[in-house]
Amino acid sequence: MTPQVQAIDAALLAAHEHHDARDAQAFGFWLYILSDLILFSSLFATFAVQMRSFAGGPTGKDLFDLRYVAVETLLLLLSSASYGLAMLAVQQGRSARVMRWLGVTFLLGLGFILMEVHEFYGLVLAGHGPDRSGFISAYFTLVGTHGTHVTFGLIWMAAMLFQVGFKGLSKPVAGRLLRLSVFWHFLDIVWIGVFSVVYLLGVM
Amino acid sequence: MAEAHNTIAGEHQGSLLGYSIGFVLSAILTAIPFALVINGTAPREATLLGIFAAAVVQILVHLHYFLHLDRSSAQRWNLMTLLFTLMVMTIFIGGSLWIMLDLHSRMMG
Repeated sequence: MTPQVQAIDAALLAAHEHHDARDAQAFGFWLYILSDLILFSSLFATFAVQMRSFAGGPTGKDLFDLRYVAVETLLLLLSSASYGLAMLAVQQGRSARVMRWLGVTFLLGLGFILMEVHEFYGLVLAGHGPDRSGFISAYFTLVGTHGTHVTFGLIWMAAMLFQVGFKGLSKPVAGRLLRLSVFWHFLDIVWIGVFSVVYLLGVM
Repeated sequence: MAEAHNTIAGEHQGSLLGYSIGFVLSAILTAIPFALVINGTAPREATLLGIFAAAVVQILVHLHYFLHLDRSSAQRWNLMTLLFTLMVMTIFIGGSLWIMLDLHSRMMG
């Protein structure tokens, strides 16, 4: 083998390994998402078991305002779509546009979280805190866990805004943006379960 | 085409049209169950069925248009692990409800 061929082989091998590493990162993150789904399953199962345990306290009909929840849902759905537009800009290598859509996504997600915190605050203030009944405990645990995930997603997104700003769309940064997109869309999917089971069934 | 394999979600497949279709379908599939419950005129069983059907279809819409999951060979393991997780979830949630509702009816009934 000539040194030249050896060099090409080494370069191909390195490229292949690098590629494998990125594949492994993407797949590993997907496995984390699936394990998180099982965490949410346990909370959904708990809520389903507790959803009629009112202990003489308020029911979903007394507590939930579906119009308010519809606005929250719209914010999260819009943020999912705007993150999609950020990913399109990543493919095109336009970092300014990526930052703009990430910023829009961040603000929509922040709006969702502020609405949720406002809702929780109102419930606790009215004496309907998590200690009131099994139903409200399960409600706070399930919806609060989802909200905590969204909050961590926002922190991650803020970090990515800085990374895109300072490092540009390098391969590692693009990989992180892709994994955050999966996390963000996954949280929107979990929210479909939350509004269907908790809010809609709760008010029926 | 090195990028073609480099995805959980197949970023190369995203398009403006795809995200637009996904958004519009999701908005409709959210509006239907909310309208059913807010109106409250439909029979209870029909409303329940409507909520669950809209949720399942919307989840499929998100998986297809936002996460770009499909049956291509590059996605095989993503799909297989998802199906396995769905099986675990079904046993988990279904089993919990079965046991607890049975217990409830034996103790209260």
